[in-house]
Amino acid sequence: MASKRRFQAVVIGVSSGGVQALKKLLGGLPADFPLPVLIVQHISPEAGSGMAKLLDDLCAIRVKEADEQDRLEPATVYLAPPNYHLLVERGGVLALSADPPVSYARPSVDVLFETAAGVYRRGLIGMVLTGANWDGARGVQFVKQKGGVVIVQHPADADTPQMPQAALAAVEADYVVPLAEMPELLRQLAEARAAARGSEAGLHG
Amino acid sequence: MTTLKAVEVEDVEIRLLLEGLQQIYGYDFRDYADASIKRRLTQWLAESPFATFSEAQSRLLRDPETFVSLLQGITVNVTEMFRDPSFFRTLREQVVPFLKTYPFVKIWHAGCASGEEAYSMAILLNEEGMAGRYRMYATDIDESVLAKAAEGVMPITEMQKYTRNYQKAGGARSFADYYTARYDRAILSPSLKKDIVFAPHNLATDAEFGEMNMVLCRNVMIYFKPALKERCLKLFDNSLLPGGFLCLGLKETLERRKMGERYDELVPGSRIYRKRYGQ
Repeated sequence: MASKRRFQAVVIGVSSGGVQALKKLLGGLPADFPLPVLIVQHISPEAGSGMAKLLDDLCAIRVKEADEQDRLEPATVYLAPPNYHLLVERGGVLALSADPPVSYARPSVDVLFETAAGVYRRGLIGMVLTGANWDGARGVQFVKQKGGVVIVQHPADADTPQMPQAALAAVEADYVVPLAEMPELLRQLAEARAAARGSEAGLHG
Repeated sequence: MTTLKAVEVEDVEIRLLLEGLQQIYGYDFRDYADASIKRRLTQWLAESPFATFSEAQSRLLRDPETFVSLLQGITVNVTEMFRDPSFFRTLREQVVPFLKTYPFVKIWHAGCASGEEAYSMAILLNEEGMAGRYRMYATDIDESVLAKAAEGVMPITEMQKYTRNYQKAGGARSFADYYTARYDRAILSPSLKKDIVFAPHNLATDAEFGEMNMVLCRNVMIYFKPALKERCLKLFDNSLLPGGFLCLGLKETLERRKMGERYDELVPGSRIYRKRYGQ
């Protein structure tokens, strides 16, 4: 089963302590990382678009703020804009919504994970990193339900452990690892997909 | 595998339901972006007595009241007063000076929901000395939400946030002067209502409003598929006078659109566009 799996996207949820965590994680990914990466970071509604720019300058991989109707491309990181939920549409197109906050959060990790799981199912990798609340716990349940893979930052390694702990209480994670090991793990999972791609052309099946 | 199957069934159920609703009630939600409408429908279902959409469908197609409850669930665009304070600040500092040069100004606020932004706009215009010199047509697809908007009553718990937004948006007066607190509710001052007309309007099927100096439609089109989005923008374009202003949400843009060639963004990133003269 594992050999047949073909990953199509990575979704990441992160809250307090997120800037440092994302610098490390995204900084460890190669510029040609073969999957799109979607991130919800809890951030002030008026934070502006500075975060995407900052990470883009620091990391080899391309980082941009998500725009509605962006078509997901490999080797690109999409950051949810402040004050909007980020959703994935059928066919791998991004959508935004101004619906009410979920678990006090907008953008909400749960909303991203739920919609991405509906589209990518077994092809989705869901990751929960450091954070001070429980957003993402419902989300990883959706990812597991649809057959995706869940990676959680080891709580002892997290700046703020509540969010990883809530995710671990909600599902049996496939991997519980410190941040430092995540780039390599993602590369391996994504490469398995790249190897399988040889026979199957196209990103969105 | 069984869960995989279950999800596919739900997608089919939703498609069939939307088709049925269109044929019976004339509301076409097939033009709405899938992910958002699915989330909203699923939320409605979870709070309904029905276990599946198939089960709900029989009632929805026969009982208008049940349909109305669904309609509210899927169309309500929640907003707040002075959402995106920087937008309202730009409006006050850069747009109102132009509006003031007209003896009378017409504004269309499309997708006004429960009226928070319409009232914010009224506060701003009144403070800038335009009271009685404008008419705002605030429209929405959902008549029950319009009735609520016309009441101008909001939860008192929101007022702290709205006050903060108001101040960040450049408001210099006491925000508390604009409402009366009654128990857990804040009743907005009648002076804010007298230049606003609340009216039903369906962006998917109805025609444009004529000769507007300004059109506001913020965070409404993000829920639409590209074809419906295109239809809306055309409506707005046809409604606007040369020199008029089109205000979109902070993540909505005219970039890469043909229509954008006839508009200039007032301040980069503000999503306030001014229609050129001539052409």
